[in-house]
Amino acid sequence: MLTTVLHIAFLLFSLSVLMNFWRLIKGPDLPDRILALDTIYINSLALLLLLGMYQNTQTYFEAALLIAMFGFVGTIAAGKFLLRGDLIE
Amino acid sequence: MDALNQLPAWSQWLAAFFILLGAIFAFIGSLGLAILPDFFTRLHAPTKNTTIGIGGIVIASILITSVQGSINLNELLIAIFLFLTAPISAHIMAKAALHTELKMFNRTKDFRQEGDSYEHILPNKKDMEP
Repeated sequence: MLTTVLHIAFLLFSLSVLMNFWRLIKGPDLPDRILALDTIYINSLALLLLLGMYQNTQTYFEAALLIAMFGFVGTIAAGKFLLRGDLIE
Repeated sequence: MDALNQLPAWSQWLAAFFILLGAIFAFIGSLGLAILPDFFTRLHAPTKNTTIGIGGIVIASILITSVQGSINLNELLIAIFLFLTAPISAHIMAKAALHTELKMFNRTKDFRQEGDSYEHILPNKKDMEP
């Protein structure tokens, strides 16, 4: 039963990533694209955690943690660039 | 995969519940990002819902690894980190969107008043010149 539920969750998260990519391509302005990238980071992190559960390993945990940290740094950097027009002053 | 189906029944049901909860919440968040009309409404959907989505997945992962052996709380780090950082990045994006004067949907209310000061987030004109 648990594998069936994992398959459904894989499907839902993959559809989420596809919709995020659609918004990333279509998005009328820059903040939309930043938001879509941030959501792609979080959804792919969840996909990595699901893969770790599916294969019953702890291997993907560090990769998920790194994606969480660097996704946050990238989002903050892009937002600050829109606000200030410059990153390192 | 065989190891997953040989877990105790209660842990399978509980993990399945949390996985489905997280997946459905994350899907609704991304759907909102795809179909809502302007940026300020789109900002709400993913930043709230992906937090609960990751929370559910992380709880299920902790449950599955803990039932098989010793208690393992590593994944809680990811959940705590996302709970801390998701509001910060949403705030930065909202400030950037206000600063770039995006178009608003006609039912999105703008509560800024005439005398509000936004100089502290405006770029310095002197620094912008090449």
